[in-house]
Amino acid sequence: MSDSIEKRIELNAPVSRVWRALTDHREFGEWFCVNIQQPFEPGKEAIGQITHPGYEHVTWRAVVQKMEPERLFSFTWHPYAIDPDVDFSDETPTLVEFRLEPVGDRTVLTLTESGFDKIPASRRAEAFRMNDGGWTQQMQNIQRHLETTHAG
Amino acid sequence: MPVSAQARLARRLPAAATVFAALGDPTRLALVTRLCDGSRLSITQLADGVPLTRQAISKHLRVLEDANVVSSQRSGRESLYVLNPKPVNDIRNYIELVSDQWDRALLRLKSFVEE
Repeated sequence: MSDSIEKRIELNAPVSRVWRALTDHREFGEWFCVNIQQPFEPGKEAIGQITHPGYEHVTWRAVVQKMEPERLFSFTWHPYAIDPDVDFSDETPTLVEFRLEPVGDRTVLTLTESGFDKIPASRRAEAFRMNDGGWTQQMQNIQRHLETTHAG
Repeated sequence: MPVSAQARLARRLPAAATVFAALGDPTRLALVTRLCDGSRLSITQLADGVPLTRQAISKHLRVLEDANVVSSQRSGRESLYVLNPKPVNDIRNYIELVSDQWDRALLRLKSFVEE
């Protein structure tokens, strides 16, 4: 158990091709299933309508952070902000990073999503300021305990 | 997973962040670990062997209670604290949900760039 997600995938395509699929808003929309009207630009919010069946009522929003050609593309967003009745704008977004590495004429893509433990300043209690964030290992221990002592 | 189940999990996101943050402190983790075996312990028992005042312990317990990680039950003159395993399981499910979604998106990307 961790407070971040990391995925690695090898793609049988050169970095230039992968870069375009990630950062051209129309190509991104093709595989991510979202209809985005404006090109991605660092510092700007990208807005689109989800095209995935069953989610067409959901508006997708992300703020593009970094675009380092053929190396790094990142944005912040609210993961699973799929409930139109909930206002997610006060929640601290998570950071999504796509890192590209050429391997011959193929590409290794590493995706990370981090920041699940960030809570908005407006709800942060005094006692939260002392966090050291090094809880991942101990969480695993707790989880193991829970699985054995509170099954179900 | 059906849309409604995903929406229910999504609604828990703010609570998930609070649970993550509540557990991100060594003292609070230590308290949670003490309660992991299902014990019901008083502040006095929880403060035993911990180099902190009762007041400090009680403050940490309040944070855990606000995040719904522990709950307290009145017993005579003192409160007994128990662990509530649901929030910890919830954040694990939540991370798994986001993780699965990325697996599917990356597979779509793979066929998109390889076709």
